[in-house]
Amino acid sequence: MNYLALLKLVSPEAILALAALVTLGLGLGANRLLPFIAAAAGLIAAAAAIFALPAHASLAHGMLVIDPLTSLFKVVCLALALFTILSASGRPDRPNNGEYLAMILLATIGLLILAGTEELLMIFVGLELTGLSLYVLCAFDKSSPRGAEAGLKYFLFGSTASAFTLFGISLIYGMSGVTGLGEIAAFIGAHGMQPLLAAGLILTLVGLAFKIAAAPFHFWAPDVYEAAPVSAAAFISSGSKVAAFVVLGKFLITGFAPIHGGAGWHALAPGWAPLIALLSASSIVIGNIAALSQTSVRRLLGYSAVAHTGYSLLGLLAGGSEGFGATLFYTTVYAFTLVGAFSVIAAMQRQGLGDKITDFAGLRAKSPLLAGCIVVFMLSLAGLPPLPGFFGKFYLFMALLHQGQAIKLLWLVILALAGSLVSLYYYLSVVKAVLVDETPSPRVSLRLLERTSIAALGALILALGLFPGALLQRILASLR
Amino acid sequence: MIAWTIYATFAGALLLLVLPRSAARWLALLTAATGLAVSCAAFFNVTDPGTLKNIVQIPWIPSFGGMSFHLAADGISLTMAVVTGLTGVGAVLFSWNVHRRQNEFFFWLLLVIGGSYGVFLSADLFLFFVFYELVIIPKYLLIATWGSTNKAYGAMKLTLYSFFGGALVLIPLIPACLSAGTFDLQLLSVHVFPLAFQAWAFPVMFLGFAVLAAIWPLHTWAPTGHSAAPTAGSMLLAGVVMKLGAYGALRVAMNLFPQGFQSWRGLIAILAIIGICYAAAVALRQRDLKFVIGYSSVSHMGFVLLGLATAQRLGVSGAVLQMFSHGVIAGLLFAVAGRMIYERTHTRDLFALSEMKLNRAIPFAAFTFVVASAASMGIPGFSGFAAEITILIGLWHAYPVLVPVAGIGMALTAAFTLRALRFSFFGDKSPAPPLECLPITLAEKCGASLLMAATLAVGLYPKLLLDRILPCVDAMRFLKP
Amino acid sequence: MITLLILIPLIGAVAVTALPRNCSRPLALLFTLASAIATCLLWFRFNPGLGGLQLIERHAWIPAVGAEYFTGIDGISLLFLLLTSIIIPFALLAERRERSFCALMLVLQSALYGTFTAQNFILWFLFYEMSLLPAFLLIRMGGGAYSSRSATKFFVYTFLGSAAMLLGFLAIYLSKGTFDFVKLAQLAPKGLVSGPIAWVVFISICFGLAVKVPLFPFHTWLPDAYTSAPTGVSMVLTGILSKMGVYGFARLVLPLFPQELKIAGPWLLALAVCSIVFAALAAWAQTDLKRMIAYLSVSHLGYCMLGFFAVASGSSHSAIDINAALSGVFMQVFNHGITAAALFYFAGLLEKRFGLRGVDDFGGLMQRAPVFCAFMSLAMFSSLGLPGLNGFIGEFLIFKGSFTLAALASSVAALGLLFTAVALLRAMQALFSGPLVESKSPFPELTARELAVIAPISILMLWIGITPQFLFNIFNSSVVQMSRLFS
Repeated sequence: MNYLALLKLVSPEAILALAALVTLGLGLGANRLLPFIAAAAGLIAAAAAIFALPAHASLAHGMLVIDPLTSLFKVVCLALALFTILSASGRPDRPNNGEYLAMILLATIGLLILAGTEELLMIFVGLELTGLSLYVLCAFDKSSPRGAEAGLKYFLFGSTASAFTLFGISLIYGMSGVTGLGEIAAFIGAHGMQPLLAAGLILTLVGLAFKIAAAPFHFWAPDVYEAAPVSAAAFISSGSKVAAFVVLGKFLITGFAPIHGGAGWHALAPGWAPLIALLSASSIVIGNIAALSQTSVRRLLGYSAVAHTGYSLLGLLAGGSEGFGATLFYTTVYAFTLVGAFSVIAAMQRQGLGDKITDFAGLRAKSPLLAGCIVVFMLSLAGLPPLPGFFGKFYLFMALLHQGQAIKLLWLVILALAGSLVSLYYYLSVVKAVLVDETPSPRVSLRLLERTSIAALGALILALGLFPGALLQRILASLR
Repeated sequence: MIAWTIYATFAGALLLLVLPRSAARWLALLTAATGLAVSCAAFFNVTDPGTLKNIVQIPWIPSFGGMSFHLAADGISLTMAVVTGLTGVGAVLFSWNVHRRQNEFFFWLLLVIGGSYGVFLSADLFLFFVFYELVIIPKYLLIATWGSTNKAYGAMKLTLYSFFGGALVLIPLIPACLSAGTFDLQLLSVHVFPLAFQAWAFPVMFLGFAVLAAIWPLHTWAPTGHSAAPTAGSMLLAGVVMKLGAYGALRVAMNLFPQGFQSWRGLIAILAIIGICYAAAVALRQRDLKFVIGYSSVSHMGFVLLGLATAQRLGVSGAVLQMFSHGVIAGLLFAVAGRMIYERTHTRDLFALSEMKLNRAIPFAAFTFVVASAASMGIPGFSGFAAEITILIGLWHAYPVLVPVAGIGMALTAAFTLRALRFSFFGDKSPAPPLECLPITLAEKCGASLLMAATLAVGLYPKLLLDRILPCVDAMRFLKP
Repeated sequence: MITLLILIPLIGAVAVTALPRNCSRPLALLFTLASAIATCLLWFRFNPGLGGLQLIERHAWIPAVGAEYFTGIDGISLLFLLLTSIIIPFALLAERRERSFCALMLVLQSALYGTFTAQNFILWFLFYEMSLLPAFLLIRMGGGAYSSRSATKFFVYTFLGSAAMLLGFLAIYLSKGTFDFVKLAQLAPKGLVSGPIAWVVFISICFGLAVKVPLFPFHTWLPDAYTSAPTGVSMVLTGILSKMGVYGFARLVLPLFPQELKIAGPWLLALAVCSIVFAALAAWAQTDLKRMIAYLSVSHLGYCMLGFFAVASGSSHSAIDINAALSGVFMQVFNHGITAAALFYFAGLLEKRFGLRGVDDFGGLMQRAPVFCAFMSLAMFSSLGLPGLNGFIGEFLIFKGSFTLAALASSVAALGLLFTAVALLRAMQALFSGPLVESKSPFPELTARELAVIAPISILMLWIGITPQFLFNIFNSSVVQMSRLFS
């Protein structure tokens, strides 16, 4: 394969890298708007480049894989990054704006790498690139001590997790002699499972579990969600989660398929399923219960992120393309919902409001658009029809129970439903503050960009709720 | 044609968000009246009420057997659609004086009505569940924003209980649809599920539905929630939303798991009869008029559940008839207590009301409450009697020993209704003159007359409804011969 | 025809409610006049020579539960209808009251017409219950401390009784599959319900009706209700509402439970005798005129019950005696209705003039208002059972029949006659004769209006007393048919 063909295959990442550099440069200039335009243009161009990619390609034992699934999720990550940029555009006077946007773009490159690989080393590279960029983004606001604390926590946790991951990868390589996921699966199929291989699996899982904020590796999430700059938090909650789930899914379902195991009630079978079940159950329980007592909406979203990770993991537990599809659908919907929620919070911040639940009081009078959209987002997270959160959960349960031993897995469904019931309470407290409270407040005006992006996200969530089949079909088709 | 009830109601709701305030209530009335007109037209024109007739079937989400936008109606669905229409129009008329955030109020109201139409007309289990859960948030917001006593607590309790009930329904629903390979209600109702599955699936699903129907002991959300709700909210909640649960129990739980139903129906009958008597006894001790009516709703729904538990054709038909009847009667009772009394006197305390000589101050309200009380007590000539006697006949075939207990319940009902009537309107011991208050408005009179006419018509000529209900019940497979 | 009769007062009630207040009483009277005309038309179309139901109307109503719109009249029903058509206008004319009073009276009239003509239990029950709420509300209108309590007591008693009746008839329906009175009467000789349930059914139905009549010991609601109700309402309560219970016994119990009645006869006779004697004693002890008349009502209705139970459980099967007893019961029903209503009317007049109604509050009225006293004495003597007045006929026939059928009971019951006489004569003496009670307001004589109201009734009392034959002709064939059941 000659260099030009290779460049074509990595064109999205390359364009983004270029855009990052350009943005960095433009940030030094006087014009405040240019960096945003450059960043946005870069993202759009990268998306266009994805459409120009061939349908299937594979490079160097799965280091770069192009198939419908990876293309789809690359586009999703780019879209999430675009909305993040739009949200960040609300603060053009941020110091070091160019660096900020460049970091976002670099993190996006990391996400694209994660989404498009089926090989352990590249997974690690993607994780590191994303992680380092996100650590910086998290601590970007130098004037905020809590931001610095959050960034430090994220960095320390993340580095430790990376160490675990690297160790695990090395063990897997050491035992199997290969790094491609498909080849690992073939190796296990041929030689069976070995203790060190299992150790490698568990260690890698730790690292990935950190990335998706699964309990008990979630402790960074509430602080980061609360204290990072709003657009950074938006990106962390959405983009990195989507890509991490893509990777996790491929890792487990493609790479370690032969040792799926079972997590039935009184019917555990050895494999990675019991581990995922444990992660899922603890995430649902810890995330929901901790979120009950929060007064800050951002921290609440942080803990609820843990809970939603728990729900998404159920799909991976189900295994197969149905389960993986369910997870991806749920995570995608969740990501867009969170970007929307954080965009609303950013818009409120621009009006001088904080992020406590009490700050949401009277939002209805201040801006019906913000109020309507945040209600839509909260209710979708709670899992109420006709919003996509409901359908996502429903589909996850369907996938989980479609297995042979379906009834044995009912305990997880019951746990998830119980978690949803608890979560309804705290999501309703936000909705209550927004819609029921009647503090008299003057109408505020939003910038056009803010309004369009939030409205677009709200409309997207509503549309996905009424017609989830479109996205679901795409995901399932790409998994076949 | 009847699908237009759903479309019109949702369309009206959406329009309400953009129209100016002055047109809000008229649009709401127009939408509700359209719903009523369409459902009545379909009801009277139905040719073969026993079979579930397809109206709309559009594939929606093709996976796991395919969920489709599938609407179908038979006699029972049409009956419930008519009572939704009646209560909806009544609710709008009795909310004519709502001024605060009018557009939003009617928006949420229409969403509840539209969601209810959707539940009654769905023939796809996923769509059914979507509509079933759809009404939860509008209920919450109606109570939390425009409610009165203890609205935050009442709203949250009601919402969490409803969601809990929905979760209970979902747990057996998914394995059932997966093992049958379809979401279509008609196909599911002929599918035979394994007995071991039915043994747990039925009680969980029935309980989930019955939570919304205020089965004892999971009924405590009802009096609190209904008292906290604004008048239209209470009318719809007690009149229609509680029936969603009972309808779901009948159409889904009992029909899909007939063997499970047979093994559990004794327990259901016992819980129902406890609910009837317990709620009536508690109502006898209440000081707040709306709590009396709230508990009376629990008691009347107990009759519905009792009728369902008999698994006899007359008992189940009586249960559906009671669903219709109680829908109208609860609407009337809450309308009087909330709109006619509370908004004028600003109190619901029975002892305070007994000093106000309300039968002289607002005689139309007194008349309406007398009619509503008579209907609630089960006096012949009103729909309550027709329903209760049908249920009793079915009960005698199934569990004859429970009939006298039901009789005790009816006696208790008469007692607390009479007490409420006496204290609220006819307590004329005080020397004070009658309360000075606004006369009953035209909107209130129209709403009350509509509901009173409905209960009287069905009471005098229940054949109107029974002709359409009995064929459907005969076709259900859980009937004991 | 019958449906029209039932509908006329209902339409009247609606009209009275809808139209302005000041024409409510004339309008109500107009509608009662119309219904009276309708009743007379029914009377003309009725053929007294035939025994069974006439002027039948049958329509399907709720086939699923066996309810049918089935109305028809025989002689007994026609008698009660005529009584209703007389009492209600009498009550409306007795006092001037507001619109709701007139409307409720009309609704009550419709309910009564329906009860007396319905031949299917569900329909009968519908009309029976339809009378409860208007009666409750009407009693409440009496005002005063006790009216709400008495009204509630009345309602609760009657409601419980009717609930018991409903359950009893449900059991019959489930056993025989029909609610139709005619069919049930045909099936009755073989027993309607088998096994011990039959007794439960019999007792519940008897209980339900016993509360209405009322029969000792279920009569405790009556004195309070009659006393605290307004005059017109008391007239209706005693004149016709209590007769619903008697009609119920005649239509529901006697034809349908011959075996049980025979066995339970002695007990029921004992209850009837207690009613007669104890109520009369209690009447003697009263100082409140209205309360005294109330207790007298219980006693007089006890005679009806005596007649019924004697016939049902009697030792001999002599057709003459059975006929006599039954005819006496129905005569007593009609006569007592008119007489008691008249007595309450006078009590009401006394109360209106003086604001008091204690027997000892008046005195020497004969000197001040002789015409008033004359008419009142007429009514009181009729209630006593003086020959030549209508009250005598019924009582005489009942005793004539019952002596042979149930000698012991009748002998004891004769004491009741004695106590009734004592009570009434004492009242007459205290009211009319004796020294004048000093008071500032003069006691006005009977006005022309009042005279116009009471004169026809008094003439009727005399006429029936002298030539009762025209009444007999109405129900004779039905009585004969009924007596065949027991002979």
